[in-house]
Amino acid sequence: MLYIKCPHCGLRSQNEFAYGGDASVKRPELNKEISDQEWDEFVYLRKSPRGKHLELWHHVSGCRQWIKVLRDTSTHEIFNTYKSEEKVG
Amino acid sequence: MVQSYRLDKIGLVNREKKLSFKFNGKKYFGYEGDTLASALIANGVHLVGRSFKYHRPRGFFGAGVDEPYAIVQLYRNGETEPNVRATEQELFEGLEAKSVNCWPSVNFDIGAINNFLNIFLPAGFYYKTFMWPRSFWYRIYEPFIRKAAGFGVASKEHDKERYEHKYEYCDLLIAGSGPSGLASAYAAAKNGARVILAEDKPRFGGSLLTSDVSINNQSGKEWADNIITELKGMTNVTVKNRAQIFGYYDHNMLVMSERVTDHLPKSEEFTPKQRLWYIRAKQVVISSGSIERPIVFGNNDTPGVVLASAAKEYMKVYGVLVGKKPIVFTNNDSAYETAIEFKKNNINPIVLDSRQDSNSEIIKEAKSLGIDIKFSHVVVAAKGYKKVKSCDIAEISEDKQNLNQIKNIECDCICVSGFWTPTIHLASQSGGKTKFKEEIDAFVPDKSKQKEVTLGSANGVFTLEETLKTSFDKGFELSKEITNNNNSQQIPKVSEKKHSKHDKFWCVPLPKGKKYKRFLDFQNDVAVSDIELAIREGYRSIEHVKRYTTLGMATDQGKTSNLNGLQLVSNIENKVVPAVGHTTFRPPYTPISIGAIVGREIGKHSKPTRKSPMHNWHKKNNAVFVDAGVWLRPRYYKRGNEGLFEASKREAENVRKNVGVCDVTTLGKIDIKGPNAAEFLNRVYTNAWLKLPVGKARYGVMLREDGIVMDDGTTTRISEHHYHMTTTTAQAANVLSHLEYYLQLVWPELDVNVVSTTEQWAGAAIAGPKSRDLLQKLFSDTDVSNEGLPFMGFVEANLFGVNARIFRISFSGELAYEVNVESDNGNFMWEKIIEIGKDFDLQPYGTEALSTLRIEMGHVAGSELDGRTIPYDTGLDGLVSKKKDFIGKRSLLKKAYNEKDRQRLVGVVPLDKKTSIPEGSHLVKDPKGKLPNPKLGHISASCWSVEHNNPFSLAILKDGKNMIGSKLYAMSPLKNKTIAVEIVSSHYVDPKGERVRS
Ligand SMILES: [Zn+2]
Repeated sequence: MLYIKCPHCGLRSQNEFAYGGDASVKRPELNKEISDQEWDEFVYLRKSPRGKHLELWHHVSGCRQWIKVLRDTSTHEIFNTYKSEEKVG
Repeated sequence: MVQSYRLDKIGLVNREKKLSFKFNGKKYFGYEGDTLASALIANGVHLVGRSFKYHRPRGFFGAGVDEPYAIVQLYRNGETEPNVRATEQELFEGLEAKSVNCWPSVNFDIGAINNFLNIFLPAGFYYKTFMWPRSFWYRIYEPFIRKAAGFGVASKEHDKERYEHKYEYCDLLIAGSGPSGLASAYAAAKNGARVILAEDKPRFGGSLLTSDVSINNQSGKEWADNIITELKGMTNVTVKNRAQIFGYYDHNMLVMSERVTDHLPKSEEFTPKQRLWYIRAKQVVISSGSIERPIVFGNNDTPGVVLASAAKEYMKVYGVLVGKKPIVFTNNDSAYETAIEFKKNNINPIVLDSRQDSNSEIIKEAKSLGIDIKFSHVVVAAKGYKKVKSCDIAEISEDKQNLNQIKNIECDCICVSGFWTPTIHLASQSGGKTKFKEEIDAFVPDKSKQKEVTLGSANGVFTLEETLKTSFDKGFELSKEITNNNNSQQIPKVSEKKHSKHDKFWCVPLPKGKKYKRFLDFQNDVAVSDIELAIREGYRSIEHVKRYTTLGMATDQGKTSNLNGLQLVSNIENKVVPAVGHTTFRPPYTPISIGAIVGREIGKHSKPTRKSPMHNWHKKNNAVFVDAGVWLRPRYYKRGNEGLFEASKREAENVRKNVGVCDVTTLGKIDIKGPNAAEFLNRVYTNAWLKLPVGKARYGVMLREDGIVMDDGTTTRISEHHYHMTTTTAQAANVLSHLEYYLQLVWPELDVNVVSTTEQWAGAAIAGPKSRDLLQKLFSDTDVSNEGLPFMGFVEANLFGVNARIFRISFSGELAYEVNVESDNGNFMWEKIIEIGKDFDLQPYGTEALSTLRIEMGHVAGSELDGRTIPYDTGLDGLVSKKKDFIGKRSLLKKAYNEKDRQRLVGVVPLDKKTSIPEGSHLVKDPKGKLPNPKLGHISASCWSVEHNNPFSLAILKDGKNMIGSKLYAMSPLKNKTIAVEIVSSHYVDPKGERVRS
């Protein structure tokens, strides 16, 4: 069970969180004309990298904030965590 | 019966307390502090079971967790448990156990015929034999295997015992209380670290309990006892015995199984049988010790063949002799301690040492005691069936290939030692690599992956002096990093005997013309010949050899067999052991009971049960409850002999005729506040929200980004920047997460806050033609006329002094209202409605009548919004705005979503107007069509229409829009029903929606 540092609450066990997938996905802006392909890529296509992955986690049984977690998908090492509005650098 | 193998003056058992127990129906005595194994051996019982495949007699091999043989069925306090190791089960008064894997009895076992037919049971036997003919599998093979296989029977009763889970955090978690565990725990604890020390056995001390050493002029055991006493008195230390750390998971979380009352006749009240600890540790010290490995020889599975270290433990801890005419067969010095212990207890052992000579301190001592030592000698084969009676021995050549003349000598036990295998399971589970250490012929942990260190013999260090030094240092160093304290302890003075090198010898060659079975894996009956065969048949990877032969796959996970298996494979393949590699170590290290894993999450405890504030009223008034998500809701209120059908029909009819009240507390409620709330709702819902006035409610549908309907409900504008959203009971949590996702990540510029208020409000739906008259009496100072409170209107009102919210919304198609009060006032509201409702023939109704009313209205719910339907499919396309953008809108342009014959919601009526259509039935054109019969749609919900007094169903049907009036068949192969039906409009009642506006 992972040990995730919520930037709002501190270190908490994984069972307080829900996984939210790739954090780099950006929703197309409202009212913007886009192609079928662009839209399908946004809705359905996700990378599944081995190694570093910036992902969303929702602290559902805690502060209810969505946070970003930079994690290695093969070793499970967590390099850093960020608030939703924080720039990842 | 006399305990004829019990020694008088030695051991740690409590001779003041005699315990009686039964094994295979026969009564015996042992002492407090015995294991079932030591008590049986004391009574001269050496035959405990039969082996897995050949049903060969099985005795005892070890004295602890590594035991491959002595597995019994345990009976305790009216319950039974399979797969219990007799070497771990502590004796208690009245214990009962039975042999497993034998029939009809352990002494005469019919399955043992396999032993004589063993030519038919080679490696891969199950794969080869039971593959054909296929039809034999169910009738012949499987029942046979089921009867033959297994280590006991699971109880069919509910487990009455209590199991608990516990979460704990610490600086240092130390697995094992041998010398390295005690030293590191002591050093760390004295330096201020929070320490948990876990020992799987009942007694602390590990090898110190049996080794002949002195520490600071105390015996090993005295030193261990003193350290433990001191640790127990420290507030920063938790010391647990009978606690096995069996799994090492991510981010330094380890799981420990504590057997709290397994050693007692029964659990005390409020005490769990076992407790599972989830421990998050900053640092982990693995001090799990090492396990002696056997030397392989002919018939080495005969009862009476035991590990030399186990024989010593039985003497020194339990005061029990494994035999009175022992042979000690070894390739190293450590077994001489066993021989010396025999001698001290007036038993004359014969030592066979595979080495040509050795002159270490301990061998000199053995010689001086007059022990008969035969160098360059090996045991060729054990003789005897149910117990060792003698053994064939021979001198062995220097290259270990040839045996000299074979002699037979009498003996009643063979204590074998093939050197020591570090217990690296936890280190390997943590993700760390292992490396092969030539000097000890075994794997040790390599670089750590997590924050963990392996010390002592688990790390291949076999001298006490070095073990204590490194462990004291490490305990201090690790604790210093955490506490920043600097209190180091003095490393104690050690005196121990120096050992000479062991012999790299592990398997005795077969003498010419003999075909003795030489076992590697004692529990799964894997012999040398099986591995040889697997390799001849082309298996190369050690993982494949393992699965093909089942080597190391039994419940002991090959603790005593793995390394010898690897040696064999490497010999045949002419590779070195590290090139062969080892199989993966996976948790759990030892079998863990299912009860411990489940903990308290059983039955109703597996998830919380939520009850509305009116629950007790429902209960008192004969409600029959149904699980609705995590909620308990009244399904119907039983009157007299009514069943579900009669009661729900009566309740629904009363709503259509008079007025009914339904507990709708469970509906999800979300409070939405902020200056941009309207804009937010406008993006979340498919319809327009910017112009909803204060005091008005609106029905809304929300989609996922892929265009599928996510949820529906009404949202009310309470004030300028304040909205009250309702969701379905089932989707409440998902909708909240969904809203938070968009507010926090996608549109953080919107100034809006959302919070769940589901539990803050109690809700009552009042529905039926008389609902307004009732409402007027409930809220005498509020105008609830059609003008004062029009359809989809909202007003705050006073219910006999209690603040209430009235929403004029309808789920039933009737004139209806929903009243909310704060949860604490829920019961007051409900009882007022019931009391005043009497004058209007009011009846409470449950979820079944609620469903009936919504189905015949054609109002969609979860069974239609099933995660596969878009707004068009469910007839909600009228609510999709063409002008504005919203979540999921772009997906609605998809070609498949706009096909002319797209599926759509319809009503379905059986032609005979009598036969109810099972939910889930498929709609087909031709009931006798060839399979697979093309499916045109499915029945999503069914009810008995109270309006029309005949069955009515909703369905999602292909080209539903153009199918009204057509005749189809509803087929349910599950219920074996084929029903001729007519497709009708989904609005079966009041299609124009006049009643709700009346
Ligand atoms: Zn948090």
